[in-house]
Amino acid sequence: MKQMLFAVLVSAALPVFAAEVPEFTITLENHSFSPAELHIPANQQVKLLIQNRDITPEEFEGDELGVEKIIPGNSDATVLVGPFAPGEYGFIGEFHAESANGRLIAE
Amino acid sequence: MLSSAIIVFREVLEAALIVTILMAATRGLPGRGFWIGGGLAAGLAGAVLVALFAGAINGAFEGVGQEVLNAAVLLTAVGMLAWHNIWMSRHARELVGHLKSIGTRITEGSLPLYFIAVTSGLAVLREGSEVVLFMYGVAASGSSGSAMLAGCVLGVVSGVVVGALLYRGLLRIPTRWLFRVTGWLILLLAAGLAASAAGYLSQAGLLPSQAPLWNSSSLLSESSLVGQLLHILVGYQARPTAIQLGFYLVTLLCIAAGMKVGARQETVRAS
Repeated sequence: MKQMLFAVLVSAALPVFAAEVPEFTITLENHSFSPAELHIPANQQVKLLIQNRDITPEEFEGDELGVEKIIPGNSDATVLVGPFAPGEYGFIGEFHAESANGRLIAE
Repeated sequence: MLSSAIIVFREVLEAALIVTILMAATRGLPGRGFWIGGGLAAGLAGAVLVALFAGAINGAFEGVGQEVLNAAVLLTAVGMLAWHNIWMSRHARELVGHLKSIGTRITEGSLPLYFIAVTSGLAVLREGSEVVLFMYGVAASGSSGSAMLAGCVLGVVSGVVVGALLYRGLLRIPTRWLFRVTGWLILLLAAGLAASAAGYLSQAGLLPSQAPLWNSSSLLSESSLVGQLLHILVGYQARPTAIQLGFYLVTLLCIAAGMKVGARQETVRAS
């Protein structure tokens, strides 16, 4: 019984991990993101590669994305976000929020 | 200056509230000052180390080392808090008696206090490393450095002041209710930390990611002050997933069940 339950759970979870995850790159330079507006597919998980080209660390954060990640200076980080319903989802670099902000547009 | 004060305040607040509740919850236990102080010092040292090795940590576990570390820290804290609450449910009566009659000592059973050190240390470790990185960034960017460093200091001080105010408030609770109230606070705190840990595991791709069950960010945003306080104290999330809600409820029920069993054992021993 336990093994059956396990098998069911694993097969239910597998498609989630096996699915192709589209990847997008966002570059952070002089404390601002480019692109600041990124179009992503809705209802699907996406992978964001964030390249920090500044020497200072930054915290990539989006309350609506459910993401919080420190990116050291001059380094890259990947985060998995979504799936999102169609709409706009803001994100910021918390350490320089005045200039470092942007949004994902799920459609 | 103000923006850096706010960033640092937000990070310090979380650690300050956790440590405050722990201090109130261990009132009357001999040696707790030493253990909490030791935990804070170790947490600060750990925060500096985490900040120094942020790049290496980020790269670990195929780029999700930071999420794994955060989840591990949070789940360890949950375990420690659960242990504390179950122990307290068995010994609350002795402690209350001890607080009422000054001078008497607890003769029976002693709480292994190092877990308080571990929990307060972990709280400082996680939030502190972000403050250290932020301040390093401020120092590296030069020019307006001094104003922003002043902001950092202001942020740390105001975070500690809010913690101290909460502590004073908790101490006003009559002794016979104190441990019951702090028990409930820690129960909700632990459940919220477990839900946050689930969020990091999803972010790392170790748990399946899901669409949130609801979105109450227009009603109460997590980045507002009230939203953030509720996030720390009771684990409020504006966009929780089913997995996060599951972690929250399972943690809540398991610790509550353990407390109930502990309280029954105390009644049996007392009679």
